[in-house]
Amino acid sequence: MLELHSINRKLGDFTLADLTMSVSKGEYFVILGPSGVGKTVFLEVVAGLIRPDSGRITWDGADVTFVPPERRGFALVYQDYALFPHLDVAGNIAYGLRARGFDKKTVKNRVQSTSELLGIRNLLHRKPQTLSGGEQQRTALARAMITEPKVLLLDEPLAAVDPREAERLRRVLRDIHQRGDTIFLHVTHNVDEALYLGDKIGVMLDGTLRLVSTPEEIFRSPNDREVADFLGLRNVIHVDEITPDGCRAAGVEISTSITDGSVTHVWIRPEDILLSEKPFESSARNQFRCTVIGWESSGRLLEVRISVDDLTLSALITRSSFDDLKIESGTVLYCTFKSSAIYCF
Amino acid sequence: MSNPRSTKAGRPIPWTGLVFTLLGSLVLLFIIAPLAGILLASSFGEISDAAADEEVRSSVSLTLSAALMATIACTVTGIPLAYLLARKRFFGRSTLFAIIDLPIIVPHTTAGIALLTVVGRDSLFGSTFGSLVGTAPGIAVAMAFVSVPFLINAAHNGFAKVPVHLESAARTLGASPCRTFFTISVPLAWRDILTGMIMMWARGISEFGAVVIIAYHPMTTPTLVFERFNDYGLAHARSAAVVLLIICVLIFAALRFVAKRRSREE
Repeated sequence: MLELHSINRKLGDFTLADLTMSVSKGEYFVILGPSGVGKTVFLEVVAGLIRPDSGRITWDGADVTFVPPERRGFALVYQDYALFPHLDVAGNIAYGLRARGFDKKTVKNRVQSTSELLGIRNLLHRKPQTLSGGEQQRTALARAMITEPKVLLLDEPLAAVDPREAERLRRVLRDIHQRGDTIFLHVTHNVDEALYLGDKIGVMLDGTLRLVSTPEEIFRSPNDREVADFLGLRNVIHVDEITPDGCRAAGVEISTSITDGSVTHVWIRPEDILLSEKPFESSARNQFRCTVIGWESSGRLLEVRISVDDLTLSALITRSSFDDLKIESGTVLYCTFKSSAIYCF
Repeated sequence: MSNPRSTKAGRPIPWTGLVFTLLGSLVLLFIIAPLAGILLASSFGEISDAAADEEVRSSVSLTLSAALMATIACTVTGIPLAYLLARKRFFGRSTLFAIIDLPIIVPHTTAGIALLTVVGRDSLFGSTFGSLVGTAPGIAVAMAFVSVPFLINAAHNGFAKVPVHLESAARTLGASPCRTFFTISVPLAWRDILTGMIMMWARGISEFGAVVIIAYHPMTTPTLVFERFNDYGLAHARSAAVVLLIICVLIFAALRFVAKRRSREE
């Protein structure tokens, strides 16, 4: 198990602050955060390339904080791949094994099998500069995986390839992850990538890990407004006052099951808001008259923005519902949502 | 009305390009003219006589080998320094750069006198290991002193161009700092290192001021040329000078050719 205990590191304007986390063997852990929050520094600290100012890194309980990178067994794949331009693809892939003193025959066999696994066997004699982005990324992955690292550190591995290749590479990453018990620690700004690949997702903002969750839970439990904004969550509403039945926000009484007096925000998923022409009887406790103020396409659905007094909400509906409701700007409708569909934090 | 800046066909005259070419040609002429002059002024007979002259031959051999020794010794010690300067940030780093450049600005006869205090008879080195005055190693030391900045600066530039994260990636793949240096940093900076070595060697070969203070004998070719010019006049000095000039041009052309071919292969 990889554990980070209260890691602090200041580097120029950037600070990694009190970073504590643990990752089990075989886990795919994605660190999600906007660009420029020092995710690369974080990976370099874990890899042993940058020493933390304070804190400890342990592997299976043993302190590895001051173990040099070459003896740590944590391979790092940089965003721009960092392929060695003076070596061909085979030379790049073989580099780690040669550094460890493996004999020629073993190196050759393992280069063949690893390149086969990554689908780049036909590129072995090419120089990195002649490869496409996706091919370079596969080479970088092969070069790291051939060393059978305990931890594979991935810095935005899909950011610099075209969308189709990114999709293929996502599958490649998942496949090679499932072949062993290497920990994959992957940093990205891309929420979809994190959801697809991560067994666990940590949200990093301003050099601190603000939330660790599973892909299933992460959207249900954003523990602060900044995390919610980063995740692109709609309908995160500031609570003005806790009331006996729920809360008041922007002048609207919302029925919720809030019991915790420290709640400052509520969140209603756009797909949990129903729109109708007329009010209707149901078990849902929240029904309001609202006015359409705009809409935009959101994939196969439409995101309709409505206002309830001073409160603005977004609802996701299908195109046929949109036509049935004859929605135009200023159309008056009713919005309905259940108390149990409201998340509080 | 026709535009005075245009030709009859209406195409504008590229004045900037023309002026720059003219000025550039003047500089090139300034470099080529004396060299061509010395070559053209010497007959083939004179040159072949000089080439057969034992004194000239041994001076050329001493000059080339002493400069080569200086270059090799400084490569071994200077390349690690250049690497440290490219990779580490520390207090006094810019002072170190200034110190490295000092031999370029110090008058070379002054450099020779200064070196006497370190390798001369009365120096600590001289009294312990023997004076280097009047010896081939002494000549190499004088050459090294005046030419080592070219090597360190070129190698530093080469290392600075190698992205640090290539070295970092190598480390995480299991390479020690030493292995990373020899398998990643040096191969990627070799062109600049080689250029620095060629520059240093060339500068060492051409050195006169510092060398003549440390060792008038054995005689390097620049010292021999100086002596013959003083004792026998221009014609005698010229043929020895031409021999060294031809050898140097051939060697540097060959090295440049090899370097260029290797970089094309990469």
